[in-house]
Amino acid sequence: MKTKRPAIPYIGWMLVFTIVPLVMVIYYAFTDAQGHFSLEPFQNAAVYSEVFLYSLWIALISTFICLVLAYPLAFSISRCSERSQSMIVMFLMVPMWMNFLLRIYAWVLILQNYGPLDMILNFFGVDVTLIGNSGAVIVGMVYEFLPFMILPLHTVMSKIDSSLIEAAQDLGCSGFYVFRKVVFPLSVPGIISGVTMVFVPTASTFLVAQYLGGTQFMIGDVIERVFQSDHNTGSAIAVVLMVVILGFLVFMNRFGDKEAVNG
Amino acid sequence: MKKLRSKIYFIIIMAFLYLPIIYLIAYSFNDGKTSVWKGFTLKWYTALFRDSQIMGSLYNTLIIAILASVIATILGTAAAIGIYNFKGGVRSALQNVSNIPIINPEIVTGVSLMLLFTFAGVMMGFEMGFWTVLLAHIGFCTPYVILNVTPRIRQMDSSLYEAALDLGCTPVQAFFKVVMHELLPGIFSGFLISFTYSLDDFVITYFTRGSRFQTLPIQIYTMTHQRINPKANALSALLFITVIVILLISNFASLKKSKEAAR
Repeated sequence: MKTKRPAIPYIGWMLVFTIVPLVMVIYYAFTDAQGHFSLEPFQNAAVYSEVFLYSLWIALISTFICLVLAYPLAFSISRCSERSQSMIVMFLMVPMWMNFLLRIYAWVLILQNYGPLDMILNFFGVDVTLIGNSGAVIVGMVYEFLPFMILPLHTVMSKIDSSLIEAAQDLGCSGFYVFRKVVFPLSVPGIISGVTMVFVPTASTFLVAQYLGGTQFMIGDVIERVFQSDHNTGSAIAVVLMVVILGFLVFMNRFGDKEAVNG
Repeated sequence: MKKLRSKIYFIIIMAFLYLPIIYLIAYSFNDGKTSVWKGFTLKWYTALFRDSQIMGSLYNTLIIAILASVIATILGTAAAIGIYNFKGGVRSALQNVSNIPIINPEIVTGVSLMLLFTFAGVMMGFEMGFWTVLLAHIGFCTPYVILNVTPRIRQMDSSLYEAALDLGCTPVQAFFKVVMHELLPGIFSGFLISFTYSLDDFVITYFTRGSRFQTLPIQIYTMTHQRINPKANALSALLFITVIVILLISNFASLKKSKEAAR
């Protein structure tokens, strides 16, 4: 049991299938088509900086909406009996088990022209195109990732002792103050992991925008398209995405530590 | 009053999560291709079962998922034990490298593996297909096994293993009779997560499958990309029912277990 040997196969595995591929992406990002060192890929990638910012923007809005929707729900679930909590969590997870493309496809059917929602709105005399815009993409993202926000929030909130809340109320706290001084500080770790679990996949996902967003692609779609013809530029975009996501994770971690100290 | 409000809110969120899936399933029985209801039919289901491509990719998906999750479980359990016996810095470095496929955006993992496999393919004369997809799936499943097994190792009393040796077990016997027994819940949940992630993976498969190898998520993509295809609805219905049945069985099993434990 004290031997390190069982780890050897996996260490070799990580070297070949984790480290080497990443080194290759970085290598491609810093070379031109002839294999000489060059910053050309990054210059080419700069064309897509607008798409990049758009993706981060979509991810930010989707994450925010998920947080606002999930927070009160997670709290009220966490005040239920233990038995019904595990039931509810199971029901929240069922849609996640459905293939993600099929879930997006469901929204294509719902939002399409002459689809059910369009018909209802037309009936009331509202004539808008529901699909092919950022709004549709955000709806798709929120639908896709809402459970990823609810579940970590719920995990953290279910550990908040109800007597803490009652104590605050007994000591004369109003509803808002109970929230600000008790519930919110204790739920910060859940917010941080929820935000991370929603933001990272939304920012880097691909296909959701192709299904719902019309011609406005996101950075994941761009990586896929560019990679079909130009590995160097594609790698450069991938490196930038990786660095941004890593920076975000480090920031969230720091933030979490600081909150934990102050709280 | 407050109770009622949170109940209504809960119902709204559940409706948001479930109505699209219900809509999707309902229209798998529609005798027309648009959102106009043209009468009940089962023709999309018969078409689905007659589609040898879809059935073939279902077979591929299952084979890949079974192989990848079994191999990842063995590799990951061994790695978790081995890595645990490293000290301080080396251990956390290994754990961090192991977590890279979880932290990195899927699309970056996908393209980096594609670079590796195309390069190796040119060098050694093979094309991407079944084997590269299998390797990629083992690669992203193993970290989840390690994450599930490591806490179990931490909780385990190492003197149990020594006691087994003192009582005359060979190290192999002691491992399978004592250590495995203690780690089994972690190993099992790691296996389950690996299996479901492998079944459902689209992005990484998309980049490592080459031009011919098909899995079900890839097939779903071909079926639904920029078109409406009621066969996809029928497939959704079948997948959804499978998920529900599996969840019910596993819930029932754990309920039975906890009842037995209570006795």
